[in-house]
Amino acid sequence: MTNRDHFLDLLHQMLLIRRFEEKCAELYTQQKIRGFLHLYIGEEAVGVGVMQALQPEDAIVSTYREHGHALARGMSAGSIMAEMFGKREGCSRGRGGSMHLFDAKLRFYGGNAVVGGGIPIAVGLALADKLRNQSRVTCCFFGDGAVAEGEFHECMNLASLWKLPVLFVCENNRYAMGTRLDFSHSVTDLSKKAAGYCVPASAADGMDVLAVEEAAQSAAESVRSGKGPYFLECRTYRFRAHSMYDPELYRDKAEVEEWKKRDPIPALIRRIEEVGTGENTAELERQVAKEIDDAIAFAEAGTWEPVEDLLRFAYSERPV
Amino acid sequence: MTYRDAVREAIRTALRADDRVFLMGEDVGRYGGCYAVSKGLLAEFGPERIRDTPLSESAFVGAGIGAALGGMRPIVEIMTVNFSLLALDQILNNAATLLHMSGGQFNVPLVIRMATGGGRQLAAQHSHSLEGWYAHIPGIKVLTPATLEDAHGMLLAALQDPDPVLIFENALLYNMEGELPAGAGPVDIAHASVRRQGRDISVITYGTSLWKALEAARGLTEKGIEAEVVDLRTLRPLDDRTLVDSISRTHRALIVDEGWRSGGISAEISARITEQAFYELDAPVQRLCGAEVPMPYAAHMEQGAIPQVATITAVVEGMVRPHG
Repeated sequence: MTNRDHFLDLLHQMLLIRRFEEKCAELYTQQKIRGFLHLYIGEEAVGVGVMQALQPEDAIVSTYREHGHALARGMSAGSIMAEMFGKREGCSRGRGGSMHLFDAKLRFYGGNAVVGGGIPIAVGLALADKLRNQSRVTCCFFGDGAVAEGEFHECMNLASLWKLPVLFVCENNRYAMGTRLDFSHSVTDLSKKAAGYCVPASAADGMDVLAVEEAAQSAAESVRSGKGPYFLECRTYRFRAHSMYDPELYRDKAEVEEWKKRDPIPALIRRIEEVGTGENTAELERQVAKEIDDAIAFAEAGTWEPVEDLLRFAYSERPV
Repeated sequence: MTYRDAVREAIRTALRADDRVFLMGEDVGRYGGCYAVSKGLLAEFGPERIRDTPLSESAFVGAGIGAALGGMRPIVEIMTVNFSLLALDQILNNAATLLHMSGGQFNVPLVIRMATGGGRQLAAQHSHSLEGWYAHIPGIKVLTPATLEDAHGMLLAALQDPDPVLIFENALLYNMEGELPAGAGPVDIAHASVRRQGRDISVITYGTSLWKALEAARGLTEKGIEAEVVDLRTLRPLDDRTLVDSISRTHRALIVDEGWRSGGISAEISARITEQAFYELDAPVQRLCGAEVPMPYAAHMEQGAIPQVATITAVVEGMVRPHG
């Protein structure tokens, strides 16, 4: 794959996430999607960039803002949309919704909606790999809010102590819901916290997919080489509200506009134009629009799980 | 052998039989386990499979969940039930929910063992009986072995279960002497067990209280009262059938539970008896529970806070007219 093709592939993925979520917001106002809906818009470069460094056998543990991670991992837009519609054809059979996307085949261990709660699971997945001598990486996404949770610190210590193959990816979007970084953290340079656990760390510009990709490749390489965990902080920004219920009283519109100037999608388009022959991205947009139309059609055509099945999946239906 | 030895023997058997099994928790290795359950296992199986953890309950319980998802069969030891609250997020929000949230994709074959119960003058942060609380949670199973055979066999059965199983070992039982039957293996974890038959009343209990109830029942014989003693064994799922069958024979029920009375497992059992066996009852269901106070330190106060042989005897006598 040439540089240009690769850039176009990255652009395709970011555009898919962007347009998919714009559509989600629309469908939310139409009440097709209910519950909490946390949009990733603005942060696409992080998920897409990091995912480039992962192999099919690697595992991913994510957060409640995970549509982008799921799409970038290769989950079908249809199965995600159907999940948000609450349909049986959804990736979690409609039992999880927007915050709990899962895919066993892709080793996508969910959408965890308790901040920091997925981090110990990632450590355990990595422990299993280490005990079974598998050279796989477990990539754990979490936000700046999670870095204030005890579980983050417990897990950094444990993963470092046991030299576990975890790639910790902090998506620092500067707000834990509505609480700004400097109101949450005594040390706002989050990547510095890793030093207390002897975990190698770096910070990447989370608005630049190529920068994220490069940082993630090098971080994943470090983890894969058996040196133990790595902490990668990606500095990014959420363009939309925390969830659909958020009136955004805690930040200035001017600040949001300032960050939008660094929108990772136009930035990548400019890069493509620099290396390419000036081909426009209209064709890509058409392709993405079609994928999303198909996803919605799939979700609309989906079925409702019979309520008689309500009690299923509290316990396994067969022994292992 | 002791109850402690029985648990250790089960862990050893599991470690030998299945290389996916490992034990982790605070002081399980070099210290030998805070109740000496895992003593000697580090030398036998090495530090990869007998893993000392930092004091990070949430991290190592969650790591147990992740390792189970990753194909292992972890046994996680938590020192004592009060400390398990530091990992409650992982137990409730992850272990118990992942299978359901993922639409059946991710089961969590994790076993968590912990000590529970009072009676050792360890006061209000080491002595509570919260197993009834855990029994509130769909998605997990809650086992309370009272005998050596169950201490051994329930752990082996739990390791064969596809879903998270919590085992509550009452710390007063660790020194209890007994024998394991030859060829002891996994035991049934779906049913309660009638430990003593009697015609006059069903005393329903579990854990350490089982032995108090049996002693009380022996004493009551002299007064012409024959108490049936039912060992719940498993608090989730509850075996309603065995309870209803017992009450259909005795027509009276007393529930003995070290846990607090309000909203406890005894309340749940009482409700089920009322729902399913009301017309079998000759007297109101009674409960004898832990006093509604954080556990006190002083011995006489602590003993007063927990059901005892004398209190069980007195309540039964009040409920049953002796057969003359």
